[in-house]
Amino acid sequence: MKFLKDVGEFVSLMLQAFRRPDKGKVFRRQLMMDFQALGTNSIGIVAIISLFTGAIIAIQTSYNMDNPFLSDNLIGFSVRQMMILEFSPTIISLILAGKVGSSIASEIGTMRVTEQIDALKVMGINPANYLILPKITASMIYNPVLIIFSIFLGLAGGWAACYVTGLVPIPAYVEGLRSWFEPFSVTYALIKTVVFAFIIAAVSGYKGYTVKGGSVEVGRASTQAVVTSSMLIILFDLILTQMLLS
Amino acid sequence: MIEVKNISKSFDGQKVLSNISTVFEKGKTNLIIGQSGSGKTVLMKCCIGLLDIDEGEGKIVFDGNCFSDLPEKKKRVTRKEMGVLFQGGALFDSFTVEENVMFPLNMFTKMSLEEKRDKVNSVLTHVNLVNANNKFPAEISGGMVKRVAIARAIALNPKYLFCDEPNSGLDPKTAELIDVLISELTEEFKMTTVINTHDINSVLQIGQKISYIHEGELWWEGDKDEIMHTENKELNEFVFATELTRRAK
Repeated sequence: MKFLKDVGEFVSLMLQAFRRPDKGKVFRRQLMMDFQALGTNSIGIVAIISLFTGAIIAIQTSYNMDNPFLSDNLIGFSVRQMMILEFSPTIISLILAGKVGSSIASEIGTMRVTEQIDALKVMGINPANYLILPKITASMIYNPVLIIFSIFLGLAGGWAACYVTGLVPIPAYVEGLRSWFEPFSVTYALIKTVVFAFIIAAVSGYKGYTVKGGSVEVGRASTQAVVTSSMLIILFDLILTQMLLS
Repeated sequence: MIEVKNISKSFDGQKVLSNISTVFEKGKTNLIIGQSGSGKTVLMKCCIGLLDIDEGEGKIVFDGNCFSDLPEKKKRVTRKEMGVLFQGGALFDSFTVEENVMFPLNMFTKMSLEEKRDKVNSVLTHVNLVNANNKFPAEISGGMVKRVAIARAIALNPKYLFCDEPNSGLDPKTAELIDVLISELTEEFKMTTVINTHDINSVLQIGQKISYIHEGELWWEGDKDEIMHTENKELNEFVFATELTRRAK
């Protein structure tokens, strides 16, 4: 019953959020601030993790492929496929669920317990629209940019690992990156990213918006936002993969 | 004028307000008083539409318009005529004092930036707050937070001002200043002001119309002079709870 109540509340909140903003100028300003807070401020962590993961994938693939009949360019191919198909869209989204999701839930949750949301409501403003819509929009626009950035950095990380360790010759790695490329795999990655971005911002916004109590509940809502978003990301990863790649 | 007609409110079957009817008069400071947990804040939240009243005969009428029957979208029109001062101020943490006061102007007017700045400075001067425009809420004192919240509440020249325990957490001197400020603003802007308090000093200083709530029911109504001579036992126990007030009587 609680699950159904939560789903009902979530849908109702989204219907309130997805309305025409009261003032376009204010919405654009909020959107810019959220681009900064949710997107630009995540570049560092995305860059470091992607670069190192690309390098690690290259080394691990090389370590597991000591058969002389397997071509060296399979390492570049493996790095590219793993980064595009799974690592960048899914794992980076899970990381963003932790970083961005907790930030959204705690920000909105604190506004709830300090009556700032009530203040918006009694001013005649739609608080869900004012607070949540810019965050969802910013995430759905900015996360694909972050994921493309992550893919390129992952490939660069693999290249750096090959260059530094001499696992495979650089031309073989580059040839692997360019071999058997399916453009649809990038479309698939971007579709997943946009869905995951919606999940992160909407679920975290919902968890923050419905907080009741004080600082302990805000912390709990923040944790729930991360856990629920992560579980939904994995679930939708499976569903979208089945729908788009099978 | 705000008319509260037969409103009741329950939470999970437990009645918090029971059949309350009263009138908050225009141009006066109308006080709702009562002990903690008596239902004052619930009554105020019902009046401003943050809580839905129980279904039945209950109505909240703002100058002839039945607010409680309106759908949420139409309530927003009346809400633009309300200013609300929350207990903790409810200032937006990420905005400066100036941005907080300017916020309703940004949302609901087409003023130029210069006009908005002039208006902000004008209301901040009204609440005796100068040279704080660029400070954040975390950088100012509790009394200043209340003043900024009052400035934000009156920025759009509201017809109705609601204040939830405006002087809670303030020292007696600052509390008195806030009371006097609200009272002066009420007269100046001809607002219908409703103040929710359990501070007897406020009651005796600015209580032009007082409604005493006891265990969710309206027990007494009168003004600050009448309250001193009431025979109502529960109200006497509330007003003259301290040795100081008993001696003053």
